[in-house]
Amino acid sequence: MRPWSRPGFWLPLGAVFVWGLVVLLLREDTLRETTFTVMMFVGMASSLNILLGYTGYVSFGHIVFFGLGGYFGFYLLSQQGLWLLPAAVAGGLLSGLLAGLLGLAVLRLRGAYFALATIGINEAARAFVSNFGPFGGATGLFVNFQAYQAYGGAGAALWTTFIYLWLVTLAVLLVSALVQGSRFGLGLMAIREDEDAAMVMGVAAPRAKTIAFMLSAFFPGIIGTLYFFKNGNVEPGDAFQLHMSIEALVMIMLGGQGTVVGPALGAVVYQGLRGYLLTSPLFKSLHLAMAGIFLLLIVLFVPAGAVGWLRHRFPRLRKVLT
Amino acid sequence: MFGQLLSSLADGLLLGFVYGLAAMGLSLIWGVMTVINLAHGPVIALGMFTAYLLFTQAGVNPYLALFAVAALGLGLGLVIYGVAVHRVIDAPHLSTLLATFAVNMIIIGVGTAVFTTSPHNIDYSLGSLALGPITVPFTRVVAAFAALAATALLYLFLYFTRPGKAIRAVANNRMAAELMGISSTTMLALSFGLGTLLACVAGGLIATFFPFTILSGGPYELKSFVICVLGGLGNPLGALLGGLLLGGLEGLVPAFMPVSWVPVVEFGLFVLVLLLRPQGLLGAR
Repeated sequence: MRPWSRPGFWLPLGAVFVWGLVVLLLREDTLRETTFTVMMFVGMASSLNILLGYTGYVSFGHIVFFGLGGYFGFYLLSQQGLWLLPAAVAGGLLSGLLAGLLGLAVLRLRGAYFALATIGINEAARAFVSNFGPFGGATGLFVNFQAYQAYGGAGAALWTTFIYLWLVTLAVLLVSALVQGSRFGLGLMAIREDEDAAMVMGVAAPRAKTIAFMLSAFFPGIIGTLYFFKNGNVEPGDAFQLHMSIEALVMIMLGGQGTVVGPALGAVVYQGLRGYLLTSPLFKSLHLAMAGIFLLLIVLFVPAGAVGWLRHRFPRLRKVLT
Repeated sequence: MFGQLLSSLADGLLLGFVYGLAAMGLSLIWGVMTVINLAHGPVIALGMFTAYLLFTQAGVNPYLALFAVAALGLGLGLVIYGVAVHRVIDAPHLSTLLATFAVNMIIIGVGTAVFTTSPHNIDYSLGSLALGPITVPFTRVVAAFAALAATALLYLFLYFTRPGKAIRAVANNRMAAELMGISSTTMLALSFGLGTLLACVAGGLIATFFPFTILSGGPYELKSFVICVLGGLGNPLGALLGGLLLGGLEGLVPAFMPVSWVPVVEFGLFVLVLLLRPQGLLGAR
């Protein structure tokens, strides 16, 4: 059965498509800003899910690709005067390439060793960028305000960025769904369940893992460039926040790892929850602790996440929620 | 120049003992139950704040306070194990990583609310020690000796007492240990407690010479990862040598390149060791 003949294939794509369309029709600046943040995390969580959910490799370094790809794209944009779209794609390609090179080495490690290596890579990348001259060192880079004129003023530039992000988010979900339904995706899931058995059954594990790693790294690079362009500047502390990697992990766990809808749903719910915790007077100072308790409860009692739980509880939903 | 290098190296090495002590806690937990404790940093920070509160509120000598810090660390570890780790001990790595990270978030969240993120420090000095060209603060010398003593105690405990031997048995083969009548749950909880105890004590020692905030544990947690990998994950005594290595590196690198490159060297080395010798420079166990 072709993956696109199932209703579940179209559900997340349709939802995000309509969501972006509504924001574009309403043309409200605050709505665009909140949607931008949420969609960014939908993209981050869904792309990480390709590695974590399907392949079962825990990466704390997803933010490296966001940071380095974003840095590179932003460098091309602000220092070399490249347009936003080619710069963003270049950022994504750099991230993908980097993941390919790193993957050849790091993906030999399994389990917790791989997770530790990704933490190391994250720190090394941050430290490297803060010392790397062309990227502006510790102060980072910023885009000249004049540059926004080329996009029809600052306001129009922000809308353009939003539209690109919307398209990228759709692309991530499409790729995620295609991977899940493909022979390649089945190979990844076999690796997740038992890597040695998968290799015996003829899955070329090293190649499949590297491709999954590259796919999951490509999109954060694009998203990073868009995000930094929207902010107008980029600095090392901003670009490599370990906690953003962790937040993406939490979103995946919340929604359900290894599903297409799960990470997207998790991202929306987590962002909503965080917004509530940050603004409610009761939890304002304790929002981090509350998020921690919440995460702990999920990990301990609903390890399959919301979508996984629903699929388990109501088998008829399995067609719709993939 | 040479004298400066020598004293910077001595500084780094003394600090290395304390790094090693912190890493030993992480390494012990990994060695016994293959869990990476992502709440390690906040636990170190709690050790700092316990010593701080005892010193400022009750006037307890910071070195005497270490005993209270150790007791708190043990209790904390038992609680964390019971609440967060025990249910997912046999689950995939993602579950234990996220469960301990959730504990990390809870401690940081509550700690930020209680202590804020402004820096605190223990205003305590023992003067400094001068040996030829080398001058080091005396607190660091004492900290290094305390770290050594704690290591020796851990070694004696693990090799010469019944519960220590039981912990090593559980680390070796949990099933076989249970067949021999060892309650593996008790031993796992105890070793988690010991791991956090070591982290807390290391925190208490660091607090005697550096200012700190509730977030200060983070860098030491990262250093602990590096040290564990250098010394071999799951090899607590290797952790001490890894700590010395890292401390020495931190003392030497600034002489040859800007200080800001230190993390690049550290984490570059870390990834390199993971790839080339994942069992650690010294080999595990």
